[in-house]
Amino acid sequence: MWSWVAHRVTGVLIFFFLFVHVLDTALVRVSPEAYDDAIDLYKSPLVGFMEYGLVAAVLFHALNGLRVVAVDFWQRGARYQRQMLWVAVGLWALLMAGAAYPVLNHAFRELFGS
Amino acid sequence: MAIDTTRAAGSEFSPDNPAPLIEPPRTRTPHSPRATRTNFELYGWLFMRLSGIVLVILVLGHLLIQLVLDGGVSKISFAFVAGRWASPFWQVWDLAMLWLAMLHGGNGLRTIINDYAQNDDTRFWLKALLYTATVFTVLLGTLVIFTFDPNIR
Repeated sequence: MWSWVAHRVTGVLIFFFLFVHVLDTALVRVSPEAYDDAIDLYKSPLVGFMEYGLVAAVLFHALNGLRVVAVDFWQRGARYQRQMLWVAVGLWALLMAGAAYPVLNHAFRELFGS
Repeated sequence: MAIDTTRAAGSEFSPDNPAPLIEPPRTRTPHSPRATRTNFELYGWLFMRLSGIVLVILVLGHLLIQLVLDGGVSKISFAFVAGRWASPFWQVWDLAMLWLAMLHGGNGLRTIINDYAQNDDTRFWLKALLYTATVFTVLLGTLVIFTFDPNIR
């Protein structure tokens, strides 16, 4: 039940980000300066932390989505749904730990200097 | 079709004494209303799973390149985009990701609107807004990928 709620919430968040992301990328058709100005916003520390949140949402949605596919198409999927949830959550935690340094490193350098 | 009850119970059925034909319930007859039900929701359900599997690869690859490898977000600039879109491989990658993600997300939001918006008018207008925004974004993104000009200035 809660994995279902989290799947919906992360899905909506990712979809709204996607709108913004297509719009900011469309600035490459305006001018290189307009695009680089918009991307500078993505390089600010606050948005840097939001990017880590985006990675969290995408990873959960992806891993839990694969679990949903397994429940629907794998013969024994429904029987192992609980174990698969813990596998998904475990992988998510592992990948989040691994993504922390490369994703947040720029934000920390901006905040505290390099 | 009425069932013949004059036959003795337990009599053997044979070609000369056939079992009564029982019409299944909700059989379509010439008087039934025209069928309006399609398998749209089935195909939508299947699309969510198939596109989801492909998107796991496309989107996680995208995040890896843009946010993790080679300095993460700090290396992104117009020049970086120009370098990537010089290759048809990344153009196709981004185009597929755009279309699949927008349709996957659009269908997901359609489901959510259907689940939570109880008023008919609210549901109609929310979906109208959703479809407009989705079509606009897909077309804009497609146009940008196909008309990208690295020498715009």
